[in-house]
Amino acid sequence: MIKYIGRRLLIAFVTLLTIMTLLFILLEFMPGSPFNDEKLSESQRELLNEKYGLNDPIPVRYKTFMVNVLTKGDFGVSYAIEKNAEVSNIIDKRLPLSIRFGLQALALGSVVGIILAAIAALNKNTIWDTMTTGFSVLGISIPSYVFALGLSYFLGYKLTKATGHQYFPMTFDIYQPWKSSILPTIALSMFVIATVARFMRTELVEVIGSDFVLLAEAKGLNSRKIITRHAMRNALIPVVTVLGPLTVSLMTGSLVIERVFGIPGIGDLLVTAISVNDFNIIIAVSFYYSIFYIIMQLFIDILYGIIDPRIRVAKGGQS
Amino acid sequence: MENKSEYNNKNEQNKKLLEVNDLRVDFKTHNGVVKAIRGASFELYQGETLAIVGESGSGKSVTTKVLMGILAKNGTITSGEVLYKGTDLCQITNKQFIQFRGKEIAMIFQDPMTSLNPTMTVGKQIREAVMEHTKLNRKAAKQRAIELIELVGIVNPAERYKQYPHQLSGGMRQRIVIAIALACEPKILIADEPTTALDVTIQAQILELIKSLQKQIGLSIIFITHDLGVVANMADRVAVMYAGKIVEYGTVEEIFNAPAHPYTWGLLSSVPDMANKDIDLYSIPGSPPNMLYPPVGDAFALRSEYALNIDFEEEPPMFKISETHYAATWLLDPRAPKVELPLFLRQRLQKEGAVHGN
Amino acid sequence: MEKPTIGNDTRFERIMTSDAFQRDVVYEGISFWKDVFLRFKANRGAVIGMILIIFITFMAFVGPMMNEHTYKSKVDNHINLPPRVPVVENLGIFDGERAGKNVYLDKGLDDVYYWFGTDNLGRDLWTRTWVGTRVSIYIALLAVVIDMFIGMGYGLVSGYLGGGVDTVMQRFIEILSGIPNLVIVTLFVIILNPGILSISLALVITGWIGMSRVVRSQVLKLKELDFILASKTMGAPTATLLIQDLLPNIFGQVIIMSMFSVPNAIFYESFLAFIGLGLQPPLASLGVLINDGYKSILVYPHIILPPVIVLALLMLSFNLLADGLRDSFDPKMKQQ
Repeated sequence: MIKYIGRRLLIAFVTLLTIMTLLFILLEFMPGSPFNDEKLSESQRELLNEKYGLNDPIPVRYKTFMVNVLTKGDFGVSYAIEKNAEVSNIIDKRLPLSIRFGLQALALGSVVGIILAAIAALNKNTIWDTMTTGFSVLGISIPSYVFALGLSYFLGYKLTKATGHQYFPMTFDIYQPWKSSILPTIALSMFVIATVARFMRTELVEVIGSDFVLLAEAKGLNSRKIITRHAMRNALIPVVTVLGPLTVSLMTGSLVIERVFGIPGIGDLLVTAISVNDFNIIIAVSFYYSIFYIIMQLFIDILYGIIDPRIRVAKGGQS
Repeated sequence: MENKSEYNNKNEQNKKLLEVNDLRVDFKTHNGVVKAIRGASFELYQGETLAIVGESGSGKSVTTKVLMGILAKNGTITSGEVLYKGTDLCQITNKQFIQFRGKEIAMIFQDPMTSLNPTMTVGKQIREAVMEHTKLNRKAAKQRAIELIELVGIVNPAERYKQYPHQLSGGMRQRIVIAIALACEPKILIADEPTTALDVTIQAQILELIKSLQKQIGLSIIFITHDLGVVANMADRVAVMYAGKIVEYGTVEEIFNAPAHPYTWGLLSSVPDMANKDIDLYSIPGSPPNMLYPPVGDAFALRSEYALNIDFEEEPPMFKISETHYAATWLLDPRAPKVELPLFLRQRLQKEGAVHGN
Repeated sequence: MEKPTIGNDTRFERIMTSDAFQRDVVYEGISFWKDVFLRFKANRGAVIGMILIIFITFMAFVGPMMNEHTYKSKVDNHINLPPRVPVVENLGIFDGERAGKNVYLDKGLDDVYYWFGTDNLGRDLWTRTWVGTRVSIYIALLAVVIDMFIGMGYGLVSGYLGGGVDTVMQRFIEILSGIPNLVIVTLFVIILNPGILSISLALVITGWIGMSRVVRSQVLKLKELDFILASKTMGAPTATLLIQDLLPNIFGQVIIMSMFSVPNAIFYESFLAFIGLGLQPPLASLGVLINDGYKSILVYPHIILPPVIVLALLMLSFNLLADGLRDSFDPKMKQQ
């Protein structure tokens, strides 16, 4: 197990270095310097370049970049969004909000998805199955941003207009952090629910048809015990693999819901930064997304080992 | 009772334990309705081993699933009854069936590789079965599980208790499956080809284990197999199944020494043996009928060298040969021509004398 | 060999067998592909999905030619007109009314019809929607091509060669898949500016990884099967083996997989366009249109509807089709 985790850690580290290098190259080959837009004289620009170390030879800058990022989390200063503010400060303010929404959606989505899958698999080929399957196909087909728009329009705007009472605020409001986070969380979790439900249903159906469930049945266990003790855990193993794609969808989803619901998170920050060429922020946000993704993948690999004793024991060197 | 046959060497009272009458089972598939069992009747007596023999697709496995109440959802029992202790198992709900499953009737499956839950230690899987039907607490049940592991002939039972299925060999897994089946001291054990997936040497061990357990506990066993060697070794009585029907049944001696149905002849002739090495091995021509379109009359007639005209018109009834021996073939009708056993079989029977049903 | 019959009932006469006697009844066999086709045809969702895809594709090419507008032509006093369709307008829907007033008649545009209405610059939404759909169709095709060529090729080579080559190729994939595709798109968007080129390239870089993994694991599984070994022992060269023996056996998986990656790709393009990192106006893509509509959703909700509906239908159809194909190729998944 330790060897196994060690190998995964090594790959994660190499991946991180690759990403960092890519980001550095990006910084190098960026069309123009960050000060292009400003009305500066040639000498003033030269001064700024000097100040930010942009005139150093490439290997030196590469080293500075790596050291700054990896040891201090220092990405330099913002050029445009909050002029001269430390990028790390800007991120620090926004990151917790994005993480919170991501986790809320993941938790809500997995729980609802697993429940739906169990309902569908246990009532296979009945109206319940058709309904949950239909629901999950819709959930996968309707893009998350369209769903977010719909929620915001119908529940945030129309409902408020029709009843005269605001049940769900249309946009995120820092003073009503829970109430106003309901709609974004639902919008973000939609895809998670649909994916988990779809995948888990297939797995459950397969596990329910397997020999060991038949044996559990032959033991005289009732259906509840068969499902909870024997079917669920085995069906969950492959579901762990979709956590990867789900993480991706949560990240893309964060850009959208932060935009639609006006949440000041890092997704919104990235979009703005790209549109105004605030390179350091782009790099910082990309870095955090990558870190998050890499950690998630590590977590998935380790979780796999915990759930499935076959991997755990095999990698542990026994038998 | 009416049975006074040779297998009385075991001193049971010949009490009928289970009775199956005219069982019929259909499966709905997207190609049409498959008639998997088309009127099977047999009974199981206290303490005996009944072997059900037949090719794959003959309906033997489906029969066992009916007895366990674990028929697939697209299968329906269209008629017939399964009487156990005065209850018709075909009529009760799944909830009521739970009292029988495991506690009264237990089952071991063909493939020990897939019939254990890969994510649970084998000990827990046994303990679970113990706790389900007894009032033992967790600790006592664990103790009982360890005893069971020892009972099925595994050394270091306490160690094995903590292991996962993938850490055990195939033979050991099958022993665990047997231990699970025995956990609640069932009256009837159904063994569905329990040795097919195992190595030959392991097969013999498992068969020995089942036999010795039967002696110790006094189980009645329904043994499903297509291996006639295993039948000769294990069974008291044999039922031969073909195309969803039982075509012949009798004591093991009757089936091996005086078979009456052409299909049984075919089966027996196709077993290789050392004495007749120079004779080409016989194989039954053709393949079993597609049960989407069950044939009219005698289902075996198409493949039989002894087919009569009537075989294609009318289904043969069960002809009684002795108190214990019945067969469904028109050849036993007084109007039918006398036919002799196939030469091959005759020679072998003469050479070997009689098979002794252990 | 004749034997006398007892009694005179001919029904009990033996049928003497001869070589000509047919013992084996051959039932009509169904080939694998025919079986797949039959199952597919029986799957209502998949057939509907297929028809919708064909319809939407057809409209994407013919729709913009059905009136005189282009995707960027503006008519200044035709802004924000609601949908109005001839004949149908008499039924009380698509009649150009908003809040009880007929906007067309108010402006004196008695003979003007915009089937989907117009946007805030006076552009025809019908034309823009179908032009935008073309982008989605292009992305769908691109995703399939990438899956088929890069993904399948990579998986085949990696799985078939095995050994050191496989290890290197798999490590490469592991690192590549560790980079979130959002970051990759960001890179391209910054270097090449937002547009169809950067999205296409991002897809080329990341779109094939899933497929290559599926193909590789299938190849690994198949490689050990007896019929491949048999071909090998008979001296079949590697290329022949790959094409004749392996490909047909993994083809089902490949089709299913690529069908599943299509809605993903479509989503990705429209999503980027929506947040402003994809196609740029006045170019039309469904994402651009949805973003346009979103800006005026509270006042003119009709603008957002056509692209949203077309996009959702397109993705739904591909998902239904993919599901149907999976069930047709692998009936075990659904039955039992």
